[in-house]
Amino acid sequence: MNYRALVIGAGIGGMQAALDIADSGYEVFLVEKDPSIGGHMAQLSETFPTLDCSQCILTPRTVEVGQHPNIRLLTLSEVVAVESGARPESEGTLTPALSQGERGGHFRVRILRHPRYVVEEKCTACGDCAKVCPVVVPNEFDRGLAARRAIYIPHPQAVPAVYRLDPNACLGLFPLACGKCGEACERQAIDYDMAPETVEVDVDAIVVATGYELYQEEAVMAYAYMDHPDVMDGLEFERLLSASGPTGGKLVRPSDGKVPKEVVFIQCAGSRNPEHGLPYCSKICCMYTAKHAILYKHRVHDGQVYVFYIDIRAGGKGYEEFVTRAMEEDDTVYIRGRVSKVFPRDGKVVVWGVDTLTERKVEIAADMVVVAAAIVPSARSRRLAEVLGIGVDEFGFYTASDAEMTPVESGVPGVFLAGAGLGPQDIPETVAQASGAAAKVLVFFEAEKAKRRKDTDRQD
Amino acid sequence: MGIPYYPGCTLSTKAKNYDRSGRAVAAALGGDGRFELEELAEWQCCGATFPLMLDDSMALIAPTRILYQAQQAGERVATLCAICFNVLRRSQALLKRDPEMLERINWFTEQEYRGDVTVVHFLEVLRDDVGWEALAERVVRPLTGMRVAPYYGCLLLRPYEEIGLDDPEDPVILHDLVRALGAEPVDFPYNIECCGSYLTVKDPQVSETLSKDVVASAREHGAQVIITACPLCQFNLDYPQRETEAGRTGNEIPVLYFTQLMAVALGLPEETWGFEDHYVDPGQTLRVSENP
Amino acid sequence: MRVQLSIDKVRGPFVARVEEISGQDLLACNQCGKCSAGCPVVAAMDLLPNQVIRMAQLGMEDVLECNTIWICASCLTCVTRCPKGVDLPRLMEALRQIALRRGVAKLDLAALPPELLKEVPQLAIVGGFRKYMR
Repeated sequence: MNYRALVIGAGIGGMQAALDIADSGYEVFLVEKDPSIGGHMAQLSETFPTLDCSQCILTPRTVEVGQHPNIRLLTLSEVVAVESGARPESEGTLTPALSQGERGGHFRVRILRHPRYVVEEKCTACGDCAKVCPVVVPNEFDRGLAARRAIYIPHPQAVPAVYRLDPNACLGLFPLACGKCGEACERQAIDYDMAPETVEVDVDAIVVATGYELYQEEAVMAYAYMDHPDVMDGLEFERLLSASGPTGGKLVRPSDGKVPKEVVFIQCAGSRNPEHGLPYCSKICCMYTAKHAILYKHRVHDGQVYVFYIDIRAGGKGYEEFVTRAMEEDDTVYIRGRVSKVFPRDGKVVVWGVDTLTERKVEIAADMVVVAAAIVPSARSRRLAEVLGIGVDEFGFYTASDAEMTPVESGVPGVFLAGAGLGPQDIPETVAQASGAAAKVLVFFEAEKAKRRKDTDRQD
Repeated sequence: MGIPYYPGCTLSTKAKNYDRSGRAVAAALGGDGRFELEELAEWQCCGATFPLMLDDSMALIAPTRILYQAQQAGERVATLCAICFNVLRRSQALLKRDPEMLERINWFTEQEYRGDVTVVHFLEVLRDDVGWEALAERVVRPLTGMRVAPYYGCLLLRPYEEIGLDDPEDPVILHDLVRALGAEPVDFPYNIECCGSYLTVKDPQVSETLSKDVVASAREHGAQVIITACPLCQFNLDYPQRETEAGRTGNEIPVLYFTQLMAVALGLPEETWGFEDHYVDPGQTLRVSENP
Repeated sequence: MRVQLSIDKVRGPFVARVEEISGQDLLACNQCGKCSAGCPVVAAMDLLPNQVIRMAQLGMEDVLECNTIWICASCLTCVTRCPKGVDLPRLMEALRQIALRRGVAKLDLAALPPELLKEVPQLAIVGGFRKYMR
């Protein structure tokens, strides 16, 4: 055993697990498919129920991960194959930096590293390259509300603080069509000849923390979600709220930049819908919708929020009081009933719904509609599960070997699970599970060490 | 020197028997007349409802005047009528927490009510000043074996924060009184359910449904007598049981004021009992038990 | 027919008036239904007590047309049990007051049996006049 761990996914869950293992003195490979770490939490404006600034509580972790001597961060990377079985020294296609003395783990993991086209060690994130890039495309981090260049950094606090050239947006790499960014870079950090590379690492434990995405199926989102600029999902709304977002935290309609005065939130969009969507509850939407209502009202004092709901799920510590605050202190009108239709009219977005408590059908001419889309696992979870030999359910969420008693164990020895990849969860649960999975890794390591000590003693 | 007493309009007219039995009982409690009910020198109607709207100060003038009149007589004022009690107790609580309102009313009435009078119901005097044991010692004719259903109604107990006389969901004060008199209190689920109150003069059929449910429940649980502390409850429970062209069912239960029951148990003369004003004659039940 | 909701309705003058007279934060009610469960006169009401406060929350002025607010006996059972401490009797009174001040009158002594009027304790008449008339 080499007592190394691999953590797949560098959102808050993956980072927490990596930090816990690394702080214990063990080496960790942290693999992340995106160019920077932090996951969706980095996109949030504030977190419930404390309303802490998300970046403020996240950035110390991302920086620590980036600088930790025991963490080897591999961004723009994904796990493509895993062989398991204890193995002695043997050959493999390793890059020199990773080859020395690192053989002998239980899992040999093959990691595909996509080219960044920017040399990490040389880039200072000065931004000269982006200034001259002629290509403008929507910025994924801002959920399409803002633009970026083909060469870009996802957001100013990104870790690693290194630019990336998006090969799909670039005018052409083979042959080189433009080359302006390379010319502009004083440090000559841009390398158009970078190629994908595969590295192999040997580890003894793996933590899977690949997180979630929001459900995008248009068929269910019959709320004109995809079409209208003023109809959006929760993460887009977070970017509007965020002080470091595309509008600097000014809550305005994407369509005309005006401040929305009547805002409708629709909960359970795609969730709790066995017939046309997903049967399960996405758990966090009642809370983040209440959060959105509160934050909206803080910015737009003369605005009005309506929330269409079926039930309110607020079971965590302080959660019920948080939703009550949205109702009482921020005058949020909660309407128990579903929305049947959303359509544009005269510059507004008309919402047709029902208030079952008064048995009346209602119509609201809203300035903005925010839809709480269902939580689904990260797109490649099924493939990763196959690679690792762990279980997934019909929705692609990883399955623990026993939902009650071993919630962070996959059932495959040495492979542990944490975070929203298991199912919808909030940040406190994710962090707790991540530490739980890290603890399991350490148990795994320590148990092995204890066994070896015992065997050695017996030999004496 | 007894306790300043506010009878209220109904006890002076339609419910004289409550007033009469109350005063007689108070005088018979000993303590050198310490518990005697001494009518205020001057008083007027309390208004019969405590105003629930916040933008109307006029409705508080009558209760405040009564409190002023009580202030002239002493530190506290006692009532028998539960509705008067509710109005005065809540008014006093309001004036205590809203000195601006007190000032405004004093300005209007040109009377200086200082805001310090304590409003008590006579049941509190019995429980806290006399004590159930001391009361039991004075019982001459214990009502042994009599099954008495204490009916509390609404305004004697609610709202708990301002009235605070007893547990609003599970009260015991009338139960304890019944035991002190030697009788057996009957628990029944409708003991705190509304009798219909003022609906009697607006939707009498609704009110009658409510009161009939109360009486039926008491009967189902074995009550021979129902006692109450409110003249409107007494009327609402008694009146629908009156003799009509349809005749009587024979299941009627007399509805007494608690002071009437006390008058019997304390051995006071029959003219203090006030049985003449009832629709269901209590004499049947009480006199039978009186002569074993 | 859909009811139009906007800030002018849900936080408009009618809601403001109701909140002013009752002193209650209408949105504190989360519609749990405890009030309706314990109300003794629900059988005679067209709207449940929680539906009355719901309509008030949404600024639906036609709540004044229900019979519920006039059947309410102010027995105070609802407020004793409300988990949010919403004073529904005060809300009922506020709605009655708004209707009464607009000229509605709900007491008709002439329609009562004369014998009842003769016998009923006068506090019922005094109270009835104050609650159901202006």
